[in-house]
Amino acid sequence: MSRKFTWFNATALTLGFAFLYIPMVVLVVYSFNESKLVTVWAGFSTKWYGELFRNQAFLDAAWVTIKVAVMSSTLATVLGTMAAYVLVRAGRFRGRTLFSGMIYAPLVMPEVITGLSLLLLFISLNVPRGVFTIVLAHTTFSMCYVSVVVSSRLASFDRSLEEAALDLGCTPFDAFKSVTLPVIAPAVISGWLLAFTLSLDDLVIASFTSGPSSTTLPIKIFSAVRLGVSPEINALSTIMISIVTVGVITASLMSKRALVKRQRDEQRAFQQ
Amino acid sequence: MRRFTVIAVPYLWLLALFLVPFGIVFKISLSDAALAIPPYTPTLDLSEGWAGIKALFAELDFENFVWLTQDDLYWRAYLSSLQIALISTLGCLLVGFPIAYGMANANESWRPTLMMLVILPFWTSFLIRVYAWIGILSTEGLLNQFLMNIGIIAEPLQILNTNKAVYIGIIYTYLPFMILPIYASLERIDGSLLEAAEDLGCSRLQAFWLITAPLAKPGVIAGSFLVFIPTLGEFVIPSLLGGSRTLMIGKVLWEEFFSNRDWPVASAVAVVLLLILVIPIVLFQRNEQKQREAEQ
Repeated sequence: MSRKFTWFNATALTLGFAFLYIPMVVLVVYSFNESKLVTVWAGFSTKWYGELFRNQAFLDAAWVTIKVAVMSSTLATVLGTMAAYVLVRAGRFRGRTLFSGMIYAPLVMPEVITGLSLLLLFISLNVPRGVFTIVLAHTTFSMCYVSVVVSSRLASFDRSLEEAALDLGCTPFDAFKSVTLPVIAPAVISGWLLAFTLSLDDLVIASFTSGPSSTTLPIKIFSAVRLGVSPEINALSTIMISIVTVGVITASLMSKRALVKRQRDEQRAFQQ
Repeated sequence: MRRFTVIAVPYLWLLALFLVPFGIVFKISLSDAALAIPPYTPTLDLSEGWAGIKALFAELDFENFVWLTQDDLYWRAYLSSLQIALISTLGCLLVGFPIAYGMANANESWRPTLMMLVILPFWTSFLIRVYAWIGILSTEGLLNQFLMNIGIIAEPLQILNTNKAVYIGIIYTYLPFMILPIYASLERIDGSLLEAAEDLGCSRLQAFWLITAPLAKPGVIAGSFLVFIPTLGEFVIPSLLGGSRTLMIGKVLWEEFFSNRDWPVASAVAVVLLLILVIPIVLFQRNEQKQREAEQ
């Protein structure tokens, strides 16, 4: 592009980012509102945070959500990395088209359909619904996201390194562990993070696959919000927004620092 | 042997938890309502072998699909889902393109930060981003207070619980999906092309239409599909921001299943929704392929 920064660009960016951020800023500001009415400002107060932390149902739901997210994203990362390896490296095998179809289809499948189909499966197999079934469901759709992220990294990675390891006497698994995995590690980590946030965020599929004793936070928030706006949800949202903001900023600072360090190392290597 | 395991594990997982469930939905969509009322018992009894499979086919029944064509609720829901998805996609494009354009023209050192600012809302809970609009759009909400204070309107506008709120919610939550692919294609455009156009006597606007717009097309198409496809089956936004008259197929399916407990009809609704989705997905894939071929 021609890098001419005109008034048009400036307005577009200002208005655009205002649109993206004003709703979130409003949530954060009103989480400190004394009044129960969300739209009336009645003075600064942190009482809704106190109410939130005394609300056992929310705390239980948060704990279920984190458990589910950690388990399903870990499982999804293992399965998704294997699937990526199959897509990029396994060559031709019977049923390859079906396999790649099953990797991409869940990405565009409406959540209501995925949720409905999994529920019908669990019911017809008589699996009691709970944390276990939500983990299975979340693993299934997030492994597809992981494999898309990992396979793009795997595709751009020089295969001869792996072959060299094999020539030097590594078993295929050793070669994967000591050569391939370190190279694709950033993609694997970002795949895990993506799977983790997808799981934290999911309402629809969790509603279909959860049991009475396994309410996740999104399900809890959804039912609270349906009954009307509640300041506790504002407090909860503010906490979640701050965690994400801190996480994303830290991650981007870290990757920037790693980039600077690598450039410096490369320069030093050149000079020697 | 190892190769076999690496292929088999993810393969079997997807077969068991993606394809088989799907088959079950299809099967239930073809069964009688009475047979499928919970507690639902599996109709495919494999222990009976061939007789079981024959019994399965004997029970198939298209009455749920016929039912979908008779009650005009479903027609209207599919059509209004399509309409809402189309208008929202257009809205996303109108709001997202200038942002992507501004980003692509911004100083190089600024771009990673701008990119992060676009992605950040995407990492924030979808549900919370939708919820945020309830307080803004309600009759005594901030938007109405603001508009009345500056004197544009005298009476509060009814926005929440109408389709307008649904459009706003969808445009807001899906905006990053539109911005990122457009930005990616705009960023790749060689600036010297635009300079050449201007040297040859194009005005700024002509250069935009003759050079930037065609080169941005792949990004626009990709972004439109990324918004359109998931919006079609959307459930959260219409049920939180829309009113009782907002019809979207995802919501109808949910209610059919959880409120009416009519599993066969819910399954039939799902099957038809999938058929509708297949068209844009095939178009999208074809476009991707064309793009890949063009790049080679």
